[in-house]
Amino acid sequence: MSNAETVLKPMVVSPAREDARPFFDTVHDWIVTVDHKKLGLMYIGYGILFLVIGGIEATIMRIQLAIPNNHFVSPQTFNQLFTMHGTTMVFLVGMPLLFGFANYFVPLMIGARDMAFPRLNAFSFWMSALGGLILYFSFIGGSGLYGAGSAPDVGWFAYAPLTAQAFSPGHSTDYWIIGLLVSGIGSIGTALNIVTTALCMRCPGMTLGRMPLFVWLNLVMSAMVLIVISPLTAAQIMLLIDRYLGGHFFDTQAGGSAVIWMHFFWIFGHPEVYVLIIPGFAFVSEIIPVFSRKPIFGYAIMVAATLSIGFLSLGVWAHHMFTIGMTSYANAFFTASTMAVGVPTGIKIFNWLGTMWGGKIRFTIPMMFCIGFLFQFLIAGLTGIMLSASPFDWQLGNSYFVVAHFHYVLIGGLVFTIFAALYYWYPKVTGRMWNETLGKWHFWLFLIGFHLTFDFMHIPGVLGMPRRIYTYEAGRGWEIWNLIISLGVIFQIIGILFWVVNFLWSYFKGKPAGNDPWDAWTLEWATTSPPPDYNFAKIPAVRSRRPLWDLKHPEDPDWKYE
Amino acid sequence: MKPCSRIRLLTCGAFAWAFVGVAKLAFASSTTSPDIPSIFSPASTPADSIYRLSLFVLAICGAIFLVVFSLLVYSVVKFRQRPSDDGREPPQIYGSNQMELAWTVIPVLIVVVLFLATARVIHAVEDARFPAGTMEITAVGHQFWWEFQYPEQGFITANEVHVPVSDAKHPTPTHITLLSADTDHSFWVPKLAGKTDLIPNRTNSMWIDPHETGVYVGQCAQYCGTQHAKMLLQVIVESREDFDRWIAGQRQPVQHVDSVARGRQVFETTACVNCHTVSGTNANGKFGPDLTHLMSRETIAAGAALNTRESLKLWVKDPEAIKPGSLMPAMQLDEHDLDAVTDYLLSLR
Repeated sequence: MSNAETVLKPMVVSPAREDARPFFDTVHDWIVTVDHKKLGLMYIGYGILFLVIGGIEATIMRIQLAIPNNHFVSPQTFNQLFTMHGTTMVFLVGMPLLFGFANYFVPLMIGARDMAFPRLNAFSFWMSALGGLILYFSFIGGSGLYGAGSAPDVGWFAYAPLTAQAFSPGHSTDYWIIGLLVSGIGSIGTALNIVTTALCMRCPGMTLGRMPLFVWLNLVMSAMVLIVISPLTAAQIMLLIDRYLGGHFFDTQAGGSAVIWMHFFWIFGHPEVYVLIIPGFAFVSEIIPVFSRKPIFGYAIMVAATLSIGFLSLGVWAHHMFTIGMTSYANAFFTASTMAVGVPTGIKIFNWLGTMWGGKIRFTIPMMFCIGFLFQFLIAGLTGIMLSASPFDWQLGNSYFVVAHFHYVLIGGLVFTIFAALYYWYPKVTGRMWNETLGKWHFWLFLIGFHLTFDFMHIPGVLGMPRRIYTYEAGRGWEIWNLIISLGVIFQIIGILFWVVNFLWSYFKGKPAGNDPWDAWTLEWATTSPPPDYNFAKIPAVRSRRPLWDLKHPEDPDWKYE
Repeated sequence: MKPCSRIRLLTCGAFAWAFVGVAKLAFASSTTSPDIPSIFSPASTPADSIYRLSLFVLAICGAIFLVVFSLLVYSVVKFRQRPSDDGREPPQIYGSNQMELAWTVIPVLIVVVLFLATARVIHAVEDARFPAGTMEITAVGHQFWWEFQYPEQGFITANEVHVPVSDAKHPTPTHITLLSADTDHSFWVPKLAGKTDLIPNRTNSMWIDPHETGVYVGQCAQYCGTQHAKMLLQVIVESREDFDRWIAGQRQPVQHVDSVARGRQVFETTACVNCHTVSGTNANGKFGPDLTHLMSRETIAAGAALNTRESLKLWVKDPEAIKPGSLMPAMQLDEHDLDAVTDYLLSLR
């Protein structure tokens, strides 16, 4: 009898639901908690809250752009909307949601009882929350003594010198700087925690080579956060010095350099895209094997590909700056390094394909989102290759083609994997199963809406429509495309409503899910749904990458082959 | 295959076909229209080199897409769990080094080919040499308009830049030096060249050699503030004769017309002169567009309005009505002075 069996078998205990306690005691519990699962859920809740806010901002922009010369919002409002939309989606939606999943599942998957530093964990979450609050307080306090509130309107990459006092009086830009500085501290804390947890808290038998890919990818993501948040933080402090202490780092009117800001921002900004998408890969790398009924194809290569994506992504930042007049050598270098990222990314797609190949694919909702992801990420990768050819980027850069490309990555790629993950782990977290029919409505409506909006968004870019314009002239061939793009939003919103209704309804009325509804293989499915405090009464021990497979198939365990 | 799944497949196929068909049709019709600044109808060497590269990149990406897409569709259809499934787990395959090697080496080769093709175009466009007789123009980006200086000819205009057509036998390309007076901007006329940014404290440049006469539209492509959207741009490509005639016109000193003396007096005694130049008068401000030959331009406010009496008058009276957030202040003139100034502006031919 293997070690895993002795430990895992007694774990079947009845689900522990919140017992009847006074409401304020429950709230107090959540506020002072240092439990990784509660903090994980709070991160996810926080991300979803801002996802709705960022979505509303996007919807207002799409109403404004549906027809040419529209007057739905003023130019200033539109500029604030795209600034807040971008900043929100990257800093207050993407990272918190993904940190939430890492927080909840990294300890469970490695058989640990909590994160390495539970108090740092709570501190980091509340710092992130404070950062979001500060950013959004700008709507009230942004103009300070100058007048009524106004959100920042400098774009999410806040290019100098638009952020200098001369062009951005008042305090809206300060709210942008300080909000992100504060949430950046939270991000660094959580990243440190995830790295330490993955490296030091694994249960007996779980070598690095047996760690689930989910944990590996979150480890790489967190290491990247530690590297890339620092230049952003440094640049933001320099910008504050420019604004208040008479520094001239980026203040071009006093001889500063606008280009230096771009370098600082994108050495953060480009790896940040991988910080967001690598956890998406992590979800897919767990979900596709389970619903194909096969182990991940090429585990070691997947880890190597992730590491090389992480490494290469630190050397591609200036592909955001192909139009600033770099020398032909610099343009050629960043073209080459950017195209090189395509290789490990392609390897990943082929390995997921290899995992499905020869399997028995079950079309559950999480798997449908994963398959959607594969198709869409393929296209996003190919438009990325087009943009990496710098002359092509001289035309496409800063046009709607770029907007379509990165929304393809972040919605067609990341958001689809996040929905897959939400559906996949919902039964584990709540102990209840969602409704399949509502889930299918959500998937198909969102898929149609996504394609209407973002497939057609490539076209106005090719026809010369730059991004960040609050309105456009009729007669340039952009009208019909913009109308279709805006109509797609309706489908997306209805799809999201199906999801909200489904998850709320199922929380109260859903069928009990059981501990292991998917017949899955990683350790989180060995404990109860929802998992008890401290996860495991006895720390489990494992002998392979799929401890529950070994348990269910004693005649043919993985450890014989790995 | 069961009939119901065949119907489903057919429906999907029909939808996909209709989708592609509509997209193609609309795309084809819109790219051929002359007013649409499509990157796929180049009219100048830099845009043309990029266009050819883009076709090559698109072809390779299209081929990759077809292969991977087909493999994905095949595996999803072929390896789906059937209703008749026996419930046994499929063979557990952990990987294959041969396969991994194949799908590492092939993409590496593709990347090398793409890179070499791209590097050629980078070099051809960025490191081009210019023949004698190349036009020199300096473009200065302002919030939210374009200043165009013709240093050799000694005049300045705004928003509508005239350049000579360049024929293959006697090429007369135009070399544009790009500067900024305030924030970042980007010069983008898709049919003529890729975009290049105008960045304060930095000198950039680009070049065009339009093969055909005509008006080419574009606009600022780097977010520069409130009215980034209405920082439009026209490149007017003219035959050599028309271009020389235009140059001669721009070099003329301003014509004084007695009937608008009152308007000129209002113009020269109010804040107009702080920002605008009318050469040969005491108006020599540099913050706003040069108005010496204002009426030779089709539009005002960087393309936000047509250059007519009505819009000029409205622009002087209340710029916010045309271009909210523009840096031109409302001049607070009474109706009489407003008409006089408008008449004066109309005399600046």
